[in-house]
Amino acid sequence: MIGAGQAGQQICDSLRRGGYEDGLVMIGDEPCLPYQRPPLSKKFLTGTLDAERLYLRPASYYEKQNVELRLDVRVERIERTTRSLYLSSGETLAYAGLALATGTRVRPLDVPGAADAEIHYIRSLADGQRLAARLAQVKRIAVIGGGFIGLEVAAIARELGKDVVLIEAFDRLMARAVAPPVSAFYAELHRAFGVEVLLSTGVTAIRASGAAYTVVSTGGEYTVDLVVVGIGVLPNSEVAEQAGLACRNGIVVDEYARTSDPLIVAAGDCTWHMNGFLHRELRLESVQNAVDQAKSAAASLLGQTSVYCQVPWFWSDQYDVKLQIAGIGMPHDDAVVRGEPATRAFSVFYFRAGVLVGVDALNRPAEHMAARRLLAQGTALSATQAADSGCDLMALARA
Amino acid sequence: MPKVTYRQPDGAERTIDVPIGWSLMEAAIQNNIEGIIAECGGGCACATCHVYVADIAKLPPIADMEGDMLECTAAERQANSRLSCQLKMSADMDGLVVLIPARQT
Repeated sequence: MIGAGQAGQQICDSLRRGGYEDGLVMIGDEPCLPYQRPPLSKKFLTGTLDAERLYLRPASYYEKQNVELRLDVRVERIERTTRSLYLSSGETLAYAGLALATGTRVRPLDVPGAADAEIHYIRSLADGQRLAARLAQVKRIAVIGGGFIGLEVAAIARELGKDVVLIEAFDRLMARAVAPPVSAFYAELHRAFGVEVLLSTGVTAIRASGAAYTVVSTGGEYTVDLVVVGIGVLPNSEVAEQAGLACRNGIVVDEYARTSDPLIVAAGDCTWHMNGFLHRELRLESVQNAVDQAKSAAASLLGQTSVYCQVPWFWSDQYDVKLQIAGIGMPHDDAVVRGEPATRAFSVFYFRAGVLVGVDALNRPAEHMAARRLLAQGTALSATQAADSGCDLMALARA
Repeated sequence: MPKVTYRQPDGAERTIDVPIGWSLMEAAIQNNIEGIIAECGGGCACATCHVYVADIAKLPPIADMEGDMLECTAAERQANSRLSCQLKMSADMDGLVVLIPARQT
């Protein structure tokens, strides 16, 4: 098992539940037990959560399940002909089956001066701990990137009383994931909470100015104490690629999480996969994808077939608004708003060729759960029904 | 430290110490209690940490978000259904017994 994150942990768990009793080694390049990443850009930054509370399982779990943890070590090379792994510690391990759950790494900000500035990215627990500690000491921050990570950090920083400027290159927020009405709602929400939101604004350089930094952008210069960057991630597929496995914006796997080598499976953020539910290939960055694809990967290792065919879902917490996304609404040819955005509780239903493909629910958890059922069952829903707040979606889903 | 007893659908029980301020979901996960999945990690976003609580008088009221999510649990919602991620341990809750449903997904 290469990778000790959400997907890796789930593969171990599913293998043991599936009756696998032989040796199981989990290799992770971070020094800590597998943990939850989502809180790192959310509540964890307030400094009130101990790291141990993020662990997916306590240390005793791995002893009980007889999972040998090799932490703080990297796999340098996979030698498929001899079924061997070469570790950064100098050790060589032999494998009978291999699972790759290598995850992603952050896309670095590549502008002049970035290398010398205090720039924080959020991917690892250590990243979160560093930023949480620094947030307690500073007054002004710049957030570069108006996606989930950047917006969640901006919200927490405002709650901690920091001055926040948020800079997004595209003309709207979370453009990759949501439709314009949702983007507009979030721009207004963040402005209402005091964030200076700059859209269609490119960062061109970062300059040191005394103990602070000046972010130079096409929308002006902003002097801040530190910079947080959330501009996407890149799949960790190099070790697979060097081993000759098919890779294409991630490690290529089929709907059973199998790579091009029958002994090797892969799951989670690192995979470019055939999604049985969406009927197309893509890469997903989410807990749901990590967990559900890992279950298929474990089944394949056990010689069973369990197709990965689940409705994708995601969530984001910003201030007092919980966004829950079901399905993949992008691209779509029709987006229907249900409820009134001004109340901070509404949903957007996405249709492609008349078929419901995704739902964004903002402070509407019941509609999110109904949407997951409707999507999973393929229940027909018209745009008119979606827009009608009197139409009971859960009843429709249960019918 | 206050204690909580987790009872499995088959009747098996375990009583554990739960630090004040921890959620009953976190305590279950960190003590290898089976049957509480908590896929979203406590964000009140997935309804997979559903429990039935014997003595609901000891609990804080159900917030709107939790109430809506409880409508969507895999096992049937009952009058004493709660999401364990939303139940923060307090001294008042010492001795609580929670029943884990047969399924979470």
